[in-house]
Amino acid sequence: MAAMKYLIAIYGNEEIWRSFPPEAFHEVVRDTDRQHLDLHASGEFICAFGLADEVRAKVVRVRDGVPAVTDGPYVEAKEHLASFTIVDCESEERALEIAAANPVARFRQVEVRPILHEAGVEM
Amino acid sequence: VTPDAGVAVLLRELAPQVLGAVVRRTGQFDAAEDAVQEALIAASGQWPDQGVPDNPRAWLVTVASRRLADAARSDSARRRREDTVTARDTRPPGTESEVPDRDDTLTLLFLCCHPELSPPSQVALTLRAVGGLTTAEIARAFLVPEATMAQRISRAKQRIRATGAEFHLPPEGERTGRLAAVLQVLYLVFNEGYTATSGPDLQRTDLTAEAVRLTRTVHRALPDDGEVAGLLALMLLTDARRAARTDADGELVPLAEQDRSRWDAGAIAEGVALVEATLASTDHLGSYQLQAAIAAVHDEASSTEDTDWRQILGLYDLLSRLYPNPMVTLNHAVALAMVQGPEAGLAMLGALDADDRTAGHHRLHAVRAHLLEMAGDVDGARGAYREAARRTTSLPERRYLESRAARLPA
Repeated sequence: MAAMKYLIAIYGNEEIWRSFPPEAFHEVVRDTDRQHLDLHASGEFICAFGLADEVRAKVVRVRDGVPAVTDGPYVEAKEHLASFTIVDCESEERALEIAAANPVARFRQVEVRPILHEAGVEM
Repeated sequence: VTPDAGVAVLLRELAPQVLGAVVRRTGQFDAAEDAVQEALIAASGQWPDQGVPDNPRAWLVTVASRRLADAARSDSARRRREDTVTARDTRPPGTESEVPDRDDTLTLLFLCCHPELSPPSQVALTLRAVGGLTTAEIARAFLVPEATMAQRISRAKQRIRATGAEFHLPPEGERTGRLAAVLQVLYLVFNEGYTATSGPDLQRTDLTAEAVRLTRTVHRALPDDGEVAGLLALMLLTDARRAARTDADGELVPLAEQDRSRWDAGAIAEGVALVEATLASTDHLGSYQLQAAIAAVHDEASSTEDTDWRQILGLYDLLSRLYPNPMVTLNHAVALAMVQGPEAGLAMLGALDADDRTAGHHRLHAVRAHLLEMAGDVDGARGAYREAARRTTSLPERRYLESRAARLPA
């Protein structure tokens, strides 16, 4: 495979984000912007988004053809998806290098997951 | 906008010749490549309506040269280096339409597959500069935004410029290694197209044809190179099975269950002839030649049962000895199982559990599942198929492995 797509995801909660000293938060924002520019320049950047707080999350269920909308995230997790970046790079090794350069990795942790693709195998 | 098919074919053939001519004239690969791309896009817009000019290559060279000069003029203050464009153009006036009749495809391939570039960049640049595909087409084929692909190509050209690489064939001593890099890129392009299943990714199969076409060009330029012939044969013998390898729903069909009447007999005949010729004349058995020989044995058999597994096993013995690689061992184990029984194959897989490159790899679990199924260990096979399904990143392969697990008797 010439290149693979990876999701680089950051999880957290309000308590964690509030515990960041303001300088650290500023550093994260600045270094994130810088990393996105670098990834764009190298031709590996697909997209990156931050998500609104989980208090804005809504859950949709359809039962007997009737949709029901409720508040709150679906999973009862202590941490929620906060932001994600999608890259297209040459190897998992490179994806891990990109994750290590994410400033949040210095304070918290970032998750790297390969994205499923529509290519099969020779069989 | 879909350009006229005949014009598209012509443009892709002319692309490297035009680029070679413009680079020779200007000495600048990166700017020339942009200008040629613009000329190709202009031609694909104009020629279907207005007709193909009498000398299409000269037309493209002229248009690309003008674009290059325009770009240099409008940008001259900031990009002083462009001034050399006019300085280097020492042709006598009136020779605008004369294009040297030489094929620079090989030189361009060596440049685009420069070892300083990452494989995705080599692939992208090769498809654009040598294949004549547009950035939009390449981006679509690799399912990335056009901006990402444009940036990847632009960065690749910057890197080539930074290395100081010049537009001529690499020195004799480096040529074998550099050719290996070119062949690897062509094989990557081929696999990217070949392994794409049907449905939304249909256009990606175009990459297979493109890889075969470019490899044919290299084979024409280097007819005595056994590995070039071997790679071309391997592509033809693999692609010959295309129609049979997915079912009506687009699901993968393994080799043993494929309807062999749907294999492409013409491609098989051409591939087999290439393998036979190269094996008869070579003094260096390369990896592509051996893989092509294995593919030829499969393609000439009317069924799995009629397959000459002893010959396949002999070829894998050779391949494992000359080019040891865990992926070769996996296939070697299958061949061994077909000749000596599943236990022998499973024993061979044992070594791969200790190899970091394969220990957690889905292919190891998939092959083990297959051999356990052959050995009648239903529970073991089910567990291994499911583990393989969890570990693959390929959606069609995951569906296939899940279905293998599900169809085992409870």
